[in-house]
Amino acid sequence: MRTPAGHKVYAMAAEYPSAPALYEAAKHVRDAGFRRWDVYSPFPIHGMDEAMGLGKSWLSGWVLFGGVSGLLTAALVEFGPSSFLYPLDVHGKPTNFFTVPAFFPIMFELTVLFGAFAAFFAMLTMNGLPRWYHPMFNWERFMRVTNDGFFLAIEARDPRFTETGVRELLEKSGGQHITIVHED
Amino acid sequence: MDASPTVPETITGEAATSVARMPLVLNRRNFSWLTERISGVVENPAPRWWWVAFTITASVATFGLFCLGYQISTGVGTWGNNIPDGWAWDITNFVFWIGIGHAGTLISAILFLLRQKWRTSINRSAEAMTLFAVICAAIFPGVHVGRVWMAWYLAPLPNNYGIWPNFRSPLVWDVFAVSTYFTVSVLFWYTGLIPDLATLRDRATSKIKRFLFGIFACGWRGSNRNWRHYEMAYLLLAGLSTPLVLSVHSVVSFDFASSILPTWHTTIFPPYFVAGAIFGGFAMVLTLLLPARAMFKLHDIITPQHIDKMAKIILLTGSFVTYAYMMEFFVAWYSGNYYEKFAFWNRVFGPYWWYWWVGMLFCNMLSPQLFWFRWCRRNVYVVYFVCMCVNAGMWFERFIIIVGGLHRDFLPSSWGMFYPTWVDIWTYIGTLGIFTSLFLLFVRFLPMIAMSEVKTAVPEADAHYISPTQIQSAAPRGKERTR
Repeated sequence: MRTPAGHKVYAMAAEYPSAPALYEAAKHVRDAGFRRWDVYSPFPIHGMDEAMGLGKSWLSGWVLFGGVSGLLTAALVEFGPSSFLYPLDVHGKPTNFFTVPAFFPIMFELTVLFGAFAAFFAMLTMNGLPRWYHPMFNWERFMRVTNDGFFLAIEARDPRFTETGVRELLEKSGGQHITIVHED
Repeated sequence: MDASPTVPETITGEAATSVARMPLVLNRRNFSWLTERISGVVENPAPRWWWVAFTITASVATFGLFCLGYQISTGVGTWGNNIPDGWAWDITNFVFWIGIGHAGTLISAILFLLRQKWRTSINRSAEAMTLFAVICAAIFPGVHVGRVWMAWYLAPLPNNYGIWPNFRSPLVWDVFAVSTYFTVSVLFWYTGLIPDLATLRDRATSKIKRFLFGIFACGWRGSNRNWRHYEMAYLLLAGLSTPLVLSVHSVVSFDFASSILPTWHTTIFPPYFVAGAIFGGFAMVLTLLLPARAMFKLHDIITPQHIDKMAKIILLTGSFVTYAYMMEFFVAWYSGNYYEKFAFWNRVFGPYWWYWWVGMLFCNMLSPQLFWFRWCRRNVYVVYFVCMCVNAGMWFERFIIIVGGLHRDFLPSSWGMFYPTWVDIWTYIGTLGIFTSLFLLFVRFLPMIAMSEVKTAVPEADAHYISPTQIQSAAPRGKERTR
């Protein structure tokens, strides 16, 4: 889809005056059955995930994976040298697997370390970040999104997208400054 | 808004305001004001006092680094360490600094899990303080071993001698605990910074600022599909940091508790150290924040309520610490162990007696008791005085534990006093300089208050917020929702 001037259309977007207005608008758009759309706000709005029809974030799965791999790494790094490669006799204490308490602190630390790395990098990759460019930044009003602006955009590639229908929906839900956002 | 659509109770005037909670941002400041005020600290030209302060702290830091260089190039003999006082100011400083870091993680992680919204005004600077304190801490164990260039032996790296660390040693646990703590703190801090860096990017006036903030903001655009993963990541980082922060000072205390020395060989150490760390850390948070609040006029964001709450935490953890001190004496008496009893008698009446009377008794046990009184918690000068006492007291406490334990152990023939040299003293003062310099740089270059988080503490951020005018026009709908 292109504008008369030949630009590729990314989305139709609207600005809302407040967080509650955006929240209500999100419910309208969700109920209208759109799939490819998003809301933008300077801070996370509590309850917005439900208002958008999004479920729980499964980022936690990656953190579990990170934590378990940290635990196993620590076990390997500790028992490999201590039990096989270089068993140290300190105070006559055993070095086998049955002395886990003495090896546990490092297992705990690496579990946390790998879990935290997993949380950080999963957050970036699941969000498609870092990215240099996003069509929304073509709209000059959108600069306020990191200050006090609340925005909603329905993407042109959504199967239900029609210019008149979406404009009407955004107007009905209280959107202001409704505009077409270009892809390039 | 789940208030039932009945006629509101006729609460008017003073009664209504006393029901509402104290707002966390005063004077009903809006989102834009918060952005302007907090970004303004970074964007406006540095005030003159900043240059004066930075010149002083950077000079002190430079001299501290010189002392470190002198110590490394000449040897550990430049310090006053001896036998029996093999650990002295170096390890005292290490425990002092690592303990300070704990308040930052408590604010950012534990208070987050407990849904304490007031943390949003202070968490960013407290986390920054954590990082800088851990940097200062990491210097000491690194250089006190003498041959710094062999520090890689601390890590389990394959080498041509086939030698590996003893993984059952608390000192090796400490290496893992402190390095994990630092790394996780950096990740947590940076995750929190991403939306605020995007704010600075969108406000940047010069191309170079825009480019730099743009890189570090990772292209953040406030999308709710992003916030969803972001909030989960933040929650899990808080969940991971909570046991981590408790583990770090516990592991530090194992360095002592797993020895056989009287006053060190006790099971009370892990909780005692953790409480002391949070106690000292909160004092340092206030030491840094009270001047910053006054200088950058952040009184509407860091309100008397915040200071009051931090003072209460100091009182609480100070009471833990007091309990631990008294329990140590009780156990020494109750154990019937001759050496243990002597060591504690020596703590109070021995050659380091005044460290105990001034540091532990006055600074740590008595001075926080002022915070039982609301007037003291609300008076910034009293708060600052107590914080300074606690800062000093916690350093004394670590010195008493370390040198106080070492200088007179089992055999009188091996007793010996510790006397610091100028290198000892200036290395410590140097780390104070490094710490304050890094903090001054932080407030100039990064938003010192988490904008995206503090905005959620404003009533308007609630998806169900109804403004007072709307209530009047649409009455009867119920009361204003307060947070």
